[in-house]
Amino acid sequence: MTISYMPELEGMDLEARRDLQLERLRRLTDYVLERSSFYPPLLREAGVRAGSDISSLADLTRLPFTRKQALRDGYPFELFCVPRQELVEIHASSGTTGNPTVVGYTAGDIQLWRMVMARSLAVAGATAEDVIQNAYGYGLFTGGLGVHYGALELGAAVVPMSSGGTVKQLKLMHDFQTTVITCTPSYSLFMAEEARDMGYEPRSAPIRIGILGAEPWSENLRRAIEEAWDIIALDIYGLSEIIGPGVAQECQAKQGLHVYSDVFFPEVIDPESGQALPDGEPGELVITTLTKEALPLLRYRTGDIVTLDHSPCSCGRTTPRISRILGRTDDMLIIRGINVFPSQIEDVLLRVEEAEPHYHLLVDRIRGLDTLEVQVEVSELVFSDEVRRLQELKNRIKREIEGVLNLVVSVKLVEPRTIERSMGKAKRVTDLRGQRENT
Amino acid sequence: MKVKQLSVFLENIPGRLAAATEVLRQAGINIRALTLADTTDFGILRMIVDRPDDALAAMRQAGYSVAETEVLAVRLSDRPGGLASVATELSRAGINIEYLYAFVGTHGDEAIVVIRVEQIEETISVLTAAGIAVLPDREVYNL
Repeated sequence: MTISYMPELEGMDLEARRDLQLERLRRLTDYVLERSSFYPPLLREAGVRAGSDISSLADLTRLPFTRKQALRDGYPFELFCVPRQELVEIHASSGTTGNPTVVGYTAGDIQLWRMVMARSLAVAGATAEDVIQNAYGYGLFTGGLGVHYGALELGAAVVPMSSGGTVKQLKLMHDFQTTVITCTPSYSLFMAEEARDMGYEPRSAPIRIGILGAEPWSENLRRAIEEAWDIIALDIYGLSEIIGPGVAQECQAKQGLHVYSDVFFPEVIDPESGQALPDGEPGELVITTLTKEALPLLRYRTGDIVTLDHSPCSCGRTTPRISRILGRTDDMLIIRGINVFPSQIEDVLLRVEEAEPHYHLLVDRIRGLDTLEVQVEVSELVFSDEVRRLQELKNRIKREIEGVLNLVVSVKLVEPRTIERSMGKAKRVTDLRGQRENT
Repeated sequence: MKVKQLSVFLENIPGRLAAATEVLRQAGINIRALTLADTTDFGILRMIVDRPDDALAAMRQAGYSVAETEVLAVRLSDRPGGLASVATELSRAGINIEYLYAFVGTHGDEAIVVIRVEQIEETISVLTAAGIAVLPDREVYNL
């Protein structure tokens, strides 16, 4: 099979790629020793004083891990390796409990992003001839802009729809003859249902490829989407700390997502011990950004559980593949494409109730869209004889949670002791979405 | 004068009222007056009982969120206009009635209502001055 886009990188000989990675790792080490305020003490502690101390790729394991907390603690710009004037784009995570995570890009980093995203679109089978309707959210969320840059680099025509406005999406999809759709998997299914409600058969749309991500999705959901639209639906993976979308992309062989390991070096580790795991064994994905300028990260712990596969792919690409995300090392949820930590909700409730709240999160999917119901026990501390006050409490909780998560939620006040408790940690989350897919 | 009223938070689903009143039954509590304020998701059960302190303890023990609120019990003539005269007196004095409900049972040709107001002391004065009887709490629990 011939590789249409950047074959010199996608189909690189394995040894040549290892040489390139090693060279870049050494340069990265010198770069952060010189420009970072965060890494040098950690590197010296590990006995790494210069790039030349890295004699082989195996020495990567001598470098320290980096966790999300480091980015939070370094808010806003402490982890950047360039002066602020060199930044050309800055994004932040939507959460406002504690410090958001800030990521920044130099002109060189934007070029990198354009390149990996163009590769992603091409890996999925898109070309410069395509019309790409981008229904990922535009704004601080890196999804929208990432796909946009990739489309520009590839030379395809991008329609910057952002998310929502489904009636308009469907109209333009028909009138512009969109051939590639980029959005979350649940939104693509929602659009298909809305299309049918409007009397428009989605299978007749000229779309041939869906590049779907920002949330976990199963093979069952893929089949449903492909059936609904008569397209090939492929997974895209990324996280804004690394670059945004464009860390890995599933090819049409559907045998895993290709990681651009010439720029993003992947490892899979045991999250408890930190030890590297062999291919095929599930563990935490760790990524080292080999060429980033503003925010280079050494061995960044993504929190995503995957397996790694270095064997050749039938598509001809020699880049390593990761499986779809199998789970998280923490309790993070993804709801309508937004990362939600139960602790964010707990913080809000503590603020509002001024006491430890007993709460339960009910996650479901109604007509293809994720829903979150926050059930809060009414403790005697907050109980009021006046209906009005309880309504105010409920509304205040709802407003505050929505402000922190950037997500519409529903709040239900429940009687005390109705939320299941077990030894130690209460069961915080019930996620019904898995069941929904099997019906 | 100030009567203890119990309020209990209940979810608006089948069985919750039954469960709450069962606790009272087991504690041998007799309900004198009650009302249930509802919203889509929840309700507040408000009650005057014969032994408010015991009832409060029993409900708390059973895990309910309860509040104790001071209300007034007012005697009116059980004739058209009985309530209107009370409401008019309070309105003239600028006192807002938060909510109101009646006692169960009959009391001759008189009706007894429970009123919740913000300015409880002022209400007692206004009603007493207008010749409207505000019942002492001990009498209310034994009605």
